[in-house]
Amino acid sequence: MAFSQSSIGAKTNDMHESSFAPLSARRLLVLGGIGLILVGMLVGDIFAVFILHQNAARVGVSLASAAHAALAGDRPLVQASFQDVGSFLENRGTKVDTHVHMIDFGYLALMLAILQPWIAFGESTKRRLAWLFLVGAALLPVGVFLIHYIGLAYSPLQAIGWASIFADLGGLFVLIATLGLLLGLGKHFRSQVSAPVQDALLLNRSAPGRVLLVGGIAMVLAGFLHGAYYAGVDLYRHEALDASILTDMAKGAAANDVGMVDRSLEAYGQLQGDKAVKIAAHAHIIEFGLLAMLLAFFQPYVSLRETWKFRWAYVLIFGSVLLPVCVLMELRFGLVAGGLADFGGLLVIVALLAMWIGILRYTGQLDAHVGDAR
Amino acid sequence: MTGARRLLILGGIALALWGMGYGLWYAVFVEHQALNGIGSSLAAAFEASASRNPAAAEVAFNNYKQAKYAYDRQVDVHGHWIGLAMLLIVVGIAFDRVRLAEGSKLILASALVAGAVIFPLGVLLQTFDHGLVPRAIAILGSALVITVLTGITLDLVASQTSAD
Repeated sequence: MAFSQSSIGAKTNDMHESSFAPLSARRLLVLGGIGLILVGMLVGDIFAVFILHQNAARVGVSLASAAHAALAGDRPLVQASFQDVGSFLENRGTKVDTHVHMIDFGYLALMLAILQPWIAFGESTKRRLAWLFLVGAALLPVGVFLIHYIGLAYSPLQAIGWASIFADLGGLFVLIATLGLLLGLGKHFRSQVSAPVQDALLLNRSAPGRVLLVGGIAMVLAGFLHGAYYAGVDLYRHEALDASILTDMAKGAAANDVGMVDRSLEAYGQLQGDKAVKIAAHAHIIEFGLLAMLLAFFQPYVSLRETWKFRWAYVLIFGSVLLPVCVLMELRFGLVAGGLADFGGLLVIVALLAMWIGILRYTGQLDAHVGDAR
Repeated sequence: MTGARRLLILGGIALALWGMGYGLWYAVFVEHQALNGIGSSLAAAFEASASRNPAAAEVAFNNYKQAKYAYDRQVDVHGHWIGLAMLLIVVGIAFDRVRLAEGSKLILASALVAGAVIFPLGVLLQTFDHGLVPRAIAILGSALVITVLTGITLDLVASQTSAD
Protein backbone atom coordinates (compact mmCIF):
# COMPACT_ATOMS: atom_id res chain seq x y z
CA MET A 1 0.00 0.00 0.00
CA ALA A 2 2.78 2.37 0.94
CA PHE A 3 4.45 1.53 -2.35
CA SER A 4 1.30 2.22 -4.36
CA GLN A 5 0.74 5.57 -2.57
CA SER A 6 4.31 6.66 -3.23
CA SER A 7 4.04 5.64 -6.87
CA ILE A 8 0.80 7.64 -7.18
CA GLY A 9 2.53 10.59 -5.54
CA ALA A 10 5.48 10.26 -7.91
CA LYS A 11 3.12 10.07 -10.88
CA THR A 12 1.27 13.19 -9.71
CA ASN A 13 4.59 15.00 -9.25
CA ASP A 14 5.61 14.01 -12.77
CA MET A 15 2.30 15.39 -14.09
CA HIS A 16 2.88 18.65 -12.17
CA GLU A 17 6.42 18.87 -13.55
CA SER A 18 5.38 18.26 -17.14
CA SER A 19 2.61 20.88 -16.99
CA PHE A 20 4.78 23.46 -15.21
CA ALA A 21 8.03 23.15 -17.14
CA PRO A 22 10.47 26.10 -17.36
CA LEU A 23 9.04 28.89 -19.54
CA SER A 24 5.93 26.83 -20.25
CA ALA A 25 2.76 28.77 -21.05
CA ARG A 26 1.17 27.72 -17.75
CA ARG A 27 4.16 28.86 -15.70
CA LEU A 28 4.32 32.20 -17.54
CA LEU A 29 0.59 32.80 -17.07
CA VAL A 30 0.55 31.80 -13.39
CA LEU A 31 3.57 33.89 -12.38
CA GLY A 32 2.64 36.75 -14.69
CA GLY A 33 -1.02 36.64 -13.68
CA ILE A 34 -0.35 36.76 -9.94
CA GLY A 35 2.30 39.44 -10.60
CA LEU A 36 -0.27 41.55 -12.47
CA ILE A 37 -2.79 41.15 -9.63
CA LEU A 38 -0.13 42.11 -7.07
CA VAL A 39 0.93 45.25 -8.95
CA GLY A 40 -2.71 46.14 -9.65
CA MET A 41 -3.56 45.83 -5.95
CA LEU A 42 -0.53 47.87 -4.93
CA VAL A 43 -1.56 50.59 -7.40
CA GLY A 44 -5.09 50.41 -5.93
CA ASP A 45 -3.84 50.71 -2.35
CA ILE A 46 -1.53 53.63 -3.20
CA PHE A 47 -4.39 55.24 -5.15
CA ALA A 48 -6.79 54.79 -2.21
CA VAL A 49 -4.35 56.24 0.35
CA PHE A 50 -2.75 59.11 -1.57
CA ILE A 51 -5.07 60.09 -4.43
CA LEU A 52 -8.71 58.98 -4.07
CA HIS A 53 -9.82 61.20 -1.19
CA GLN A 54 -7.77 64.21 -2.26
CA ASN A 55 -9.18 63.90 -5.77
CA ALA A 56 -12.75 63.61 -4.48
CA ALA A 57 -12.18 66.77 -2.40
CA ARG A 58 -10.92 68.64 -5.49
CA VAL A 59 -13.99 67.54 -7.48
CA GLY A 60 -16.16 68.79 -4.61
CA VAL A 61 -14.34 72.14 -4.49
CA SER A 62 -14.70 72.59 -8.27
CA LEU A 63 -18.41 71.73 -8.14
CA ALA A 64 -18.86 74.21 -5.28
CA SER A 65 -17.00 76.79 -7.32
CA ALA A 66 -19.34 76.15 -10.28
CA ALA A 67 -22.40 76.50 -8.04
CA HIS A 68 -21.14 79.74 -6.48
CA ALA A 69 -20.20 81.06 -9.93
CA ALA A 70 -23.77 80.37 -11.03
CA LEU A 71 -24.94 82.18 -7.89
CA ALA A 72 -22.83 85.20 -8.88
CA GLY A 73 -24.06 84.99 -12.50
CA ASP A 74 -20.48 84.33 -13.69
CA ARG A 75 -20.84 82.02 -16.73
CA PRO A 76 -17.13 81.87 -17.70
CA LEU A 77 -16.24 80.70 -14.17
CA VAL A 78 -19.00 78.04 -14.38
CA GLN A 79 -17.38 76.72 -17.56
CA ALA A 80 -13.88 76.84 -16.09
CA SER A 81 -15.04 74.99 -12.94
CA PHE A 82 -16.64 72.22 -14.98
CA GLN A 83 -13.46 71.89 -17.03
CA ASP A 84 -11.62 71.35 -13.73
CA VAL A 85 -14.22 68.76 -12.67
CA GLY A 86 -13.68 66.97 -16.01
CA SER A 87 -9.92 66.98 -15.57
CA PHE A 88 -10.10 65.63 -12.00
CA LEU A 89 -12.57 62.94 -13.05
CA GLU A 90 -10.30 61.92 -15.95
CA ASN A 91 -7.35 61.69 -13.54
CA ARG A 92 -9.43 59.52 -11.19
CA GLY A 93 -10.93 57.43 -14.00
CA THR A 94 -7.59 56.53 -15.60
CA LYS A 95 -6.14 55.45 -12.24
CA VAL A 96 -9.18 53.31 -11.41
CA ASP A 97 -8.98 51.79 -14.92
CA THR A 98 -5.26 51.00 -14.45
CA HIS A 99 -6.04 49.23 -11.14
CA VAL A 100 -9.04 47.32 -12.49
CA HIS A 101 -7.52 46.25 -15.83
CA MET A 102 -4.28 44.97 -14.26
CA ILE A 103 -6.22 42.85 -11.77
CA ASP A 104 -8.75 41.58 -14.30
CA PHE A 105 -6.01 40.65 -16.78
CA GLY A 106 -4.32 38.82 -13.91
CA TYR A 107 -7.52 36.85 -13.28
CA LEU A 108 -7.83 36.07 -16.98
CA ALA A 109 -4.19 34.90 -17.06
CA LEU A 110 -4.86 32.52 -14.15
CA MET A 111 -7.96 31.12 -15.86
CA LEU A 112 -6.05 30.62 -19.11
CA ALA A 113 -3.27 28.94 -17.11
CA ILE A 114 -5.79 26.44 -15.71
CA LEU A 115 -7.15 25.71 -19.21
CA GLN A 116 -3.68 25.07 -20.75
CA PRO A 117 -3.93 21.23 -20.85
CA TRP A 118 -7.13 21.54 -22.92
CA ILE A 119 -5.56 23.92 -25.48
CA ALA A 120 -4.67 21.75 -28.45
CA PHE A 121 -1.58 23.62 -29.69
CA GLY A 122 2.10 22.85 -29.43
CA GLU A 123 3.96 24.23 -26.40
CA SER A 124 5.88 26.81 -28.45
CA THR A 125 2.65 28.29 -29.88
CA LYS A 126 1.08 28.37 -26.42
CA ARG A 127 4.23 30.03 -25.04
CA ARG A 128 4.18 32.74 -27.74
CA LEU A 129 0.51 33.43 -27.07
CA ALA A 130 1.20 33.61 -23.33
CA TRP A 131 4.00 36.16 -23.88
CA LEU A 132 1.75 38.19 -26.20
CA PHE A 133 -0.97 38.15 -23.53
CA LEU A 134 1.41 39.30 -20.79
CA VAL A 135 2.97 42.07 -22.90
CA GLY A 136 -0.50 43.37 -23.80
CA ALA A 137 -1.74 43.02 -20.22
CA ALA A 138 1.15 45.21 -19.02
CA LEU A 139 0.99 47.69 -21.91
CA LEU A 140 -2.72 48.54 -21.62
CA PRO A 141 -2.74 49.66 -17.95
CA VAL A 142 0.56 51.55 -18.30
CA GLY A 143 -0.87 53.34 -21.36
CA VAL A 144 -4.12 54.12 -19.53
CA PHE A 145 -2.18 55.45 -16.52
CA LEU A 146 -0.20 57.82 -18.78
CA ILE A 147 -3.27 59.21 -20.64
CA HIS A 148 -3.77 61.96 -18.03
CA TYR A 149 -0.11 63.03 -18.14
CA ILE A 150 0.68 62.75 -21.86
CA GLY A 151 -2.63 63.96 -23.27
CA LEU A 152 -2.38 64.79 -26.97
CA ALA A 153 1.35 65.68 -26.99
CA TYR A 154 3.02 64.82 -30.36
CA SER A 155 -0.05 62.81 -31.32
CA PRO A 156 -0.75 62.35 -35.03
CA LEU A 157 -4.50 62.18 -34.23
CA GLN A 158 -6.84 64.95 -33.12
CA ALA A 159 -8.68 63.19 -30.30
CA ILE A 160 -6.46 60.25 -29.27
CA GLY A 161 -2.99 60.63 -27.74
CA TRP A 162 0.02 58.27 -27.83
CA ALA A 163 -0.82 56.83 -24.42
CA SER A 164 -4.30 55.85 -25.65
CA ILE A 165 -2.81 54.38 -28.84
CA PHE A 166 -0.42 52.16 -26.86
CA ALA A 167 -3.20 51.24 -24.42
CA ASP A 168 -5.39 50.14 -27.34
CA LEU A 169 -2.46 48.21 -28.82
CA GLY A 170 -2.07 46.41 -25.49
CA GLY A 171 -5.78 45.59 -25.52
CA LEU A 172 -5.43 44.23 -29.05
CA PHE A 173 -2.50 41.99 -27.99
CA VAL A 174 -4.59 40.60 -25.11
CA LEU A 175 -7.55 40.04 -27.41
CA ILE A 176 -5.44 38.25 -30.06
CA ALA A 177 -3.70 36.06 -27.46
CA THR A 178 -6.98 35.19 -25.73
CA LEU A 179 -8.71 34.38 -29.02
CA GLY A 180 -5.70 32.30 -30.07
CA LEU A 181 -5.80 30.27 -26.87
CA LEU A 182 -9.56 29.86 -27.18
CA LEU A 183 -9.11 28.60 -30.75
CA GLY A 184 -6.84 25.93 -29.28
CA LEU A 185 -9.55 25.09 -26.77
CA GLY A 186 -12.12 24.86 -29.55
CA LYS A 187 -9.75 22.61 -31.50
CA HIS A 188 -9.58 20.28 -28.50
CA PHE A 189 -13.36 20.06 -28.16
CA ARG A 190 -13.83 19.55 -31.92
CA SER A 191 -11.28 16.76 -32.04
CA GLN A 192 -13.06 13.39 -31.78
CA VAL A 193 -9.87 11.39 -31.23
CA SER A 194 -8.36 13.41 -28.38
CA ALA A 195 -7.76 11.43 -25.22
CA PRO A 196 -9.37 12.69 -21.97
CA VAL A 197 -7.11 15.29 -20.38
CA GLN A 198 -5.65 14.37 -16.98
CA ASP A 199 -4.50 17.46 -15.11
CA ALA A 200 -2.94 16.78 -11.72
CA LEU A 201 -3.50 20.39 -10.72
CA LEU A 202 -7.28 19.99 -10.78
CA LEU A 203 -7.23 16.52 -9.23
CA ASN A 204 -5.59 17.91 -6.13
CA ARG A 205 -7.93 18.40 -3.13
CA SER A 206 -5.54 19.92 -0.59
CA ALA A 207 -7.04 21.36 2.60
CA PRO A 208 -5.77 24.96 2.06
CA GLY A 209 -7.21 24.80 -1.46
CA ARG A 210 -10.60 23.74 -0.08
CA VAL A 211 -10.54 26.59 2.46
CA LEU A 212 -9.85 29.10 -0.33
CA LEU A 213 -12.51 27.62 -2.61
CA VAL A 214 -15.28 27.59 0.01
CA GLY A 215 -14.23 31.00 1.42
CA GLY A 216 -14.08 32.43 -2.09
CA ILE A 217 -17.49 31.24 -3.24
CA ALA A 218 -19.04 32.41 0.06
CA MET A 219 -17.54 35.87 -0.52
CA VAL A 220 -18.90 35.98 -4.08
CA LEU A 221 -22.34 35.01 -2.77
CA ALA A 222 -22.16 37.69 -0.04
CA GLY A 223 -21.24 40.24 -2.72
CA PHE A 224 -24.21 39.20 -4.87
CA LEU A 225 -26.61 39.45 -1.94
CA HIS A 226 -25.23 42.88 -1.07
CA GLY A 227 -25.56 43.91 -4.74
CA ALA A 228 -29.17 42.74 -4.83
CA TYR A 229 -29.89 44.69 -1.62
CA TYR A 230 -28.21 47.79 -3.08
CA ALA A 231 -30.19 47.52 -6.34
CA GLY A 232 -33.47 47.03 -4.45
CA VAL A 233 -33.04 49.65 -1.73
CA ASP A 234 -30.48 52.27 -2.80
CA LEU A 235 -29.98 52.38 -6.58
CA TYR A 236 -33.16 54.18 -7.66
CA ARG A 237 -33.18 56.36 -4.54
CA HIS A 238 -29.60 57.42 -5.26
CA GLU A 239 -30.41 58.19 -8.90
CA ALA A 240 -33.42 60.28 -7.94
CA LEU A 241 -31.42 62.10 -5.26
CA ASP A 242 -28.51 62.79 -7.64
CA ALA A 243 -30.78 64.64 -10.06
CA SER A 244 -32.90 66.38 -7.41
CA ILE A 245 -29.91 67.67 -5.41
CA LEU A 246 -28.26 69.10 -8.52
CA THR A 247 -31.58 70.69 -9.53
CA ASP A 248 -31.90 72.25 -6.06
CA MET A 249 -28.33 73.50 -6.34
CA ALA A 250 -29.05 75.20 -9.65
CA LYS A 251 -32.40 76.54 -8.41
CA GLY A 252 -30.67 77.95 -5.34
CA ALA A 253 -28.08 79.59 -7.59
CA ALA A 254 -30.79 81.05 -9.84
CA ALA A 255 -32.69 82.36 -6.80
CA ASN A 256 -29.47 83.79 -5.28
CA ASP A 257 -29.98 81.54 -2.22
CA VAL A 258 -26.50 80.86 -0.80
CA GLY A 259 -27.86 78.63 1.99
CA MET A 260 -29.71 76.36 -0.44
CA VAL A 261 -26.62 76.05 -2.66
CA ASP A 262 -24.38 75.15 0.29
CA ARG A 263 -26.89 72.64 1.70
CA SER A 264 -27.20 71.03 -1.74
CA LEU A 265 -23.42 70.85 -2.09
CA GLU A 266 -23.13 69.11 1.27
CA ALA A 267 -25.94 66.69 0.41
CA TYR A 268 -24.34 65.95 -2.97
CA GLY A 269 -20.99 65.15 -1.34
CA GLN A 270 -22.71 62.81 1.13
CA LEU A 271 -24.61 61.09 -1.67
CA GLN A 272 -21.48 60.54 -3.78
CA GLY A 273 -19.70 59.13 -0.74
CA ASP A 274 -22.60 56.78 0.06
CA LYS A 275 -22.72 55.53 -3.54
CA ALA A 276 -18.96 55.10 -3.79
CA VAL A 277 -18.55 53.01 -0.62
CA LYS A 278 -21.49 50.72 -1.42
CA ILE A 279 -20.34 50.05 -5.00
CA ALA A 280 -16.71 49.60 -3.89
CA ALA A 281 -17.69 47.11 -1.16
CA HIS A 282 -19.85 45.12 -3.62
CA ALA A 283 -17.12 45.00 -6.29
CA HIS A 284 -14.26 44.23 -3.93
CA ILE A 285 -15.81 41.31 -2.07
CA ILE A 286 -16.76 39.62 -5.36
CA GLU A 287 -13.31 40.21 -6.89
CA PHE A 288 -11.56 38.91 -3.76
CA GLY A 289 -13.89 35.90 -3.73
CA LEU A 290 -12.97 35.09 -7.33
CA LEU A 291 -9.28 35.53 -6.50
CA ALA A 292 -9.54 33.11 -3.56
CA MET A 293 -11.30 30.55 -5.79
CA LEU A 294 -8.64 30.87 -8.49
CA LEU A 295 -5.80 30.59 -5.99
CA ALA A 296 -7.41 27.42 -4.59
CA PHE A 297 -6.53 25.59 -7.82
CA PHE A 298 -2.85 26.62 -7.67
CA GLN A 299 -2.17 25.52 -4.08
CA PRO A 300 -0.26 22.38 -5.25
CA TYR A 301 2.31 24.75 -6.79
CA VAL A 302 2.78 26.74 -3.56
CA SER A 303 5.93 25.27 -2.09
CA LEU A 304 5.44 26.19 1.57
CA ARG A 305 4.79 24.09 4.66
CA GLU A 306 1.14 23.02 5.02
CA THR A 307 0.68 25.15 8.15
CA TRP A 308 1.94 28.23 6.32
CA LYS A 309 -0.28 27.51 3.33
CA PHE A 310 -3.23 27.45 5.77
CA ARG A 311 -2.10 30.68 7.44
CA TRP A 312 -1.79 32.56 4.15
CA ALA A 313 -5.15 31.22 2.99
CA TYR A 314 -6.81 32.52 6.18
CA VAL A 315 -4.93 35.84 5.99
CA LEU A 316 -6.14 36.30 2.40
CA ILE A 317 -9.75 35.54 3.36
CA PHE A 318 -9.60 37.75 6.47
CA GLY A 319 -8.17 40.69 4.50
CA SER A 320 -10.70 40.11 1.72
CA VAL A 321 -13.60 40.42 4.17
CA LEU A 322 -12.05 43.22 6.26
CA LEU A 323 -11.57 45.58 3.30
CA PRO A 324 -15.17 45.70 1.98
CA VAL A 325 -16.72 45.65 5.48
CA CYS A 326 -14.58 48.61 6.56
CA VAL A 327 -15.17 50.42 3.26
CA LEU A 328 -18.92 50.17 4.02
CA MET A 329 -18.31 51.71 7.47
CA GLU A 330 -16.16 54.58 6.15
CA LEU A 331 -19.01 57.10 6.10
CA ARG A 332 -19.87 56.39 9.74
CA PHE A 333 -16.40 55.92 11.22
CA GLY A 334 -14.29 57.99 8.83
CA LEU A 335 -10.53 57.58 8.74
CA VAL A 336 -10.43 54.71 11.28
CA ALA A 337 -12.55 52.53 8.99
CA GLY A 338 -10.61 53.78 5.96
CA GLY A 339 -7.31 52.84 7.60
CA LEU A 340 -8.62 49.38 8.50
CA ALA A 341 -9.85 48.91 4.93
CA ASP A 342 -6.38 49.78 3.61
CA PHE A 343 -4.91 47.33 6.14
CA GLY A 344 -7.27 44.65 4.82
CA GLY A 345 -6.02 45.36 1.30
CA LEU A 346 -2.43 45.10 2.56
CA LEU A 347 -3.17 41.70 4.14
CA VAL A 348 -4.48 40.42 0.80
CA ILE A 349 -1.35 41.74 -0.95
CA VAL A 350 0.99 40.14 1.62
CA ALA A 351 -0.82 36.77 1.44
CA LEU A 352 -0.77 36.86 -2.34
CA LEU A 353 2.92 37.76 -2.35
CA ALA A 354 3.64 34.85 0.00
CA MET A 355 1.81 32.43 -2.34
CA TRP A 356 3.66 33.89 -5.34
CA ILE A 357 7.00 33.36 -3.56
CA GLY A 358 5.87 29.80 -2.74
CA ILE A 359 5.21 29.18 -6.44
CA LEU A 360 8.62 30.68 -7.33
CA ARG A 361 10.24 28.29 -4.82
CA TYR A 362 8.41 25.43 -6.51
CA THR A 363 9.69 26.47 -9.95
CA GLY A 364 13.22 26.60 -8.49
CA GLN A 365 12.86 23.06 -7.12
CA LEU A 366 11.49 21.80 -10.45
CA ASP A 367 14.28 23.44 -12.44
CA ALA A 368 16.94 22.09 -10.07
CA HIS A 369 15.39 18.62 -10.42
CA VAL A 370 15.47 18.91 -14.24
CA GLY A 371 19.10 20.13 -14.04
CA ASP A 372 20.08 17.15 -11.84
CA ALA A 373 18.40 14.74 -14.24
CA ARG A 374 20.51 16.16 -17.08
CA MET B 1 -15.21 16.86 -19.16
CA THR B 2 -18.85 16.45 -18.14
CA GLY B 3 -21.71 18.24 -19.90
CA ALA B 4 -22.44 20.58 -16.98
CA ARG B 5 -18.77 21.54 -16.63
CA ARG B 6 -18.43 22.08 -20.37
CA LEU B 7 -21.58 24.21 -20.41
CA LEU B 8 -20.25 26.46 -17.64
CA ILE B 9 -16.75 26.84 -19.09
CA LEU B 10 -17.76 27.31 -22.72
CA GLY B 11 -20.78 29.43 -21.71
CA GLY B 12 -18.46 31.57 -19.57
CA ILE B 13 -15.95 32.01 -22.39
CA ALA B 14 -18.70 32.93 -24.86
CA LEU B 15 -20.21 35.40 -22.39
CA ALA B 16 -16.78 36.94 -21.68
CA LEU B 17 -16.16 37.42 -25.40
CA TRP B 18 -19.65 38.88 -25.80
CA GLY B 19 -19.09 41.24 -22.83
CA MET B 20 -15.69 42.33 -24.16
CA GLY B 21 -17.11 42.85 -27.66
CA TYR B 22 -19.95 44.91 -26.21
CA GLY B 23 -17.43 46.94 -24.16
CA LEU B 24 -15.23 47.55 -27.20
CA TRP B 25 -18.20 48.64 -29.30
CA TYR B 26 -19.43 50.88 -26.47
CA ALA B 27 -15.99 52.45 -25.86
CA VAL B 28 -15.40 53.19 -29.55
CA PHE B 29 -18.85 54.33 -30.67
CA VAL B 30 -20.89 55.45 -27.65
CA GLU B 31 -18.93 56.20 -24.48
CA HIS B 32 -17.26 59.47 -25.49
CA GLN B 33 -20.53 60.87 -26.80
CA ALA B 34 -22.32 59.75 -23.62
CA LEU B 35 -19.72 61.35 -21.35
CA ASN B 36 -19.81 64.53 -23.41
CA GLY B 37 -23.60 64.52 -23.10
CA ILE B 38 -23.46 64.15 -19.32
CA GLY B 39 -20.78 66.83 -18.88
CA SER B 40 -22.23 69.33 -21.31
CA SER B 41 -25.82 69.02 -20.01
CA LEU B 42 -24.64 69.53 -16.42
CA ALA B 43 -22.51 72.53 -17.42
CA ALA B 44 -25.43 73.91 -19.47
CA ALA B 45 -27.74 73.61 -16.46
CA PHE B 46 -25.41 75.65 -14.27
CA GLU B 47 -24.78 78.18 -17.04
CA ALA B 48 -28.55 78.58 -17.42
CA SER B 49 -28.78 79.15 -13.66
CA ALA B 50 -26.01 81.74 -13.92
CA SER B 51 -28.08 83.44 -16.63
CA ARG B 52 -31.15 83.24 -14.32
CA ASN B 53 -32.96 81.01 -16.82
CA PRO B 54 -34.71 78.28 -14.76
CA ALA B 55 -36.61 76.78 -17.72
CA ALA B 56 -33.40 76.12 -19.67
CA ALA B 57 -31.78 74.77 -16.49
CA GLU B 58 -34.63 72.30 -16.00
CA VAL B 59 -34.36 71.05 -19.59
CA ALA B 60 -30.59 70.64 -19.21
CA PHE B 61 -31.02 68.73 -15.91
CA ASN B 62 -33.51 66.38 -17.51
CA ASN B 63 -31.00 65.71 -20.28
CA TYR B 64 -28.32 65.08 -17.65
CA LYS B 65 -30.60 62.68 -15.77
CA GLN B 66 -31.43 60.67 -18.91
CA ALA B 67 -27.82 60.55 -20.12
CA LYS B 68 -26.50 59.49 -16.70
CA TYR B 69 -29.22 56.85 -16.28
CA ALA B 70 -28.26 55.24 -19.60
CA TYR B 71 -24.49 55.58 -19.10
CA ASP B 72 -24.52 53.99 -15.63
CA ARG B 73 -26.49 51.00 -16.89
CA GLN B 74 -24.43 50.48 -20.04
CA VAL B 75 -21.19 50.46 -18.04
CA ASP B 76 -22.78 48.13 -15.45
CA VAL B 77 -23.90 45.74 -18.17
CA HIS B 78 -20.35 45.48 -19.58
CA GLY B 79 -18.85 44.90 -16.12
CA HIS B 80 -21.49 42.42 -15.02
CA TRP B 81 -21.39 40.30 -18.19
CA ILE B 82 -17.61 39.91 -17.92
CA GLY B 83 -17.67 39.43 -14.13
CA LEU B 84 -20.38 36.78 -14.36
CA ALA B 85 -18.51 35.11 -17.23
CA MET B 86 -15.41 34.80 -15.03
CA LEU B 87 -17.58 33.32 -12.30
CA LEU B 88 -19.06 30.76 -14.74
CA ILE B 89 -15.56 29.67 -15.81
CA VAL B 90 -14.23 29.38 -12.23
CA VAL B 91 -17.34 27.56 -11.00
CA GLY B 92 -17.09 25.31 -14.07
CA ILE B 93 -13.50 24.40 -13.24
CA ALA B 94 -14.51 23.58 -9.65
CA PHE B 95 -17.78 21.87 -10.61
CA ASP B 96 -16.43 18.32 -10.30
CA ARG B 97 -16.20 18.97 -6.54
CA VAL B 98 -19.98 19.45 -6.30
CA ARG B 99 -21.45 16.13 -5.12
CA LEU B 100 -24.79 16.10 -6.95
CA ALA B 101 -26.13 13.79 -9.63
CA GLU B 102 -25.05 14.76 -13.15
CA GLY B 103 -28.66 15.62 -14.13
CA SER B 104 -29.02 18.04 -11.21
CA LYS B 105 -25.64 19.57 -11.99
CA LEU B 106 -26.72 20.15 -15.59
CA ILE B 107 -29.89 21.91 -14.37
CA LEU B 108 -27.86 24.08 -11.97
CA ALA B 109 -25.34 24.91 -14.71
CA SER B 110 -28.09 25.82 -17.19
CA ALA B 111 -29.81 28.06 -14.61
CA LEU B 112 -26.51 29.77 -13.75
CA VAL B 113 -25.67 30.44 -17.41
CA ALA B 114 -29.23 31.70 -18.06
CA GLY B 115 -29.08 34.01 -15.03
CA ALA B 116 -25.66 35.35 -16.06
CA VAL B 117 -27.00 36.21 -19.52
CA ILE B 118 -30.39 37.69 -18.65
CA PHE B 119 -29.52 39.71 -15.52
CA PRO B 120 -27.34 42.25 -17.43
CA LEU B 121 -29.70 41.99 -20.42
CA GLY B 122 -32.56 43.19 -18.19
CA VAL B 123 -30.37 46.09 -17.01
CA LEU B 124 -29.55 46.97 -20.64
CA LEU B 125 -33.23 46.87 -21.62
CA GLN B 126 -33.92 49.50 -18.94
CA THR B 127 -32.12 52.03 -21.15
CA PHE B 128 -34.82 51.52 -23.81
CA ASP B 129 -37.84 51.01 -21.57
CA HIS B 130 -38.23 52.36 -18.03
CA GLY B 131 -41.18 50.05 -17.33
CA LEU B 132 -41.49 46.98 -15.15
CA VAL B 133 -40.61 44.26 -17.72
CA PRO B 134 -36.86 45.01 -17.98
CA ARG B 135 -36.67 45.28 -14.20
CA ALA B 136 -38.44 41.94 -13.82
CA ILE B 137 -35.98 40.34 -16.27
CA ALA B 138 -33.02 41.72 -14.31
CA ILE B 139 -34.50 40.53 -11.00
CA LEU B 140 -35.19 37.07 -12.43
CA GLY B 141 -31.62 36.82 -13.73
CA SER B 142 -30.05 37.89 -10.44
CA ALA B 143 -32.38 35.58 -8.47
CA LEU B 144 -31.30 32.63 -10.65
CA VAL B 145 -27.60 33.43 -10.12
CA ILE B 146 -28.00 33.89 -6.34
CA THR B 147 -30.13 30.74 -5.89
CA VAL B 148 -27.76 28.50 -7.85
CA LEU B 149 -24.70 29.97 -6.17
CA THR B 150 -26.28 29.42 -2.75
CA GLY B 151 -26.88 25.75 -3.62
CA ILE B 152 -23.30 25.26 -4.84
CA THR B 153 -21.86 27.04 -1.80
CA LEU B 154 -23.89 24.90 0.63
CA ASP B 155 -22.80 21.73 -1.17
CA LEU B 156 -19.13 22.77 -1.10
CA VAL B 157 -19.37 23.70 2.59
CA ALA B 158 -20.93 20.29 3.33
CA SER B 159 -18.21 18.47 1.39
CA GLN B 160 -15.54 20.56 3.15
CA THR B 161 -17.05 19.65 6.54
CA SER B 162 -17.19 15.93 5.71
CA ALA B 163 -13.60 16.02 4.37
CA ASP B 164 -12.42 17.59 7.66
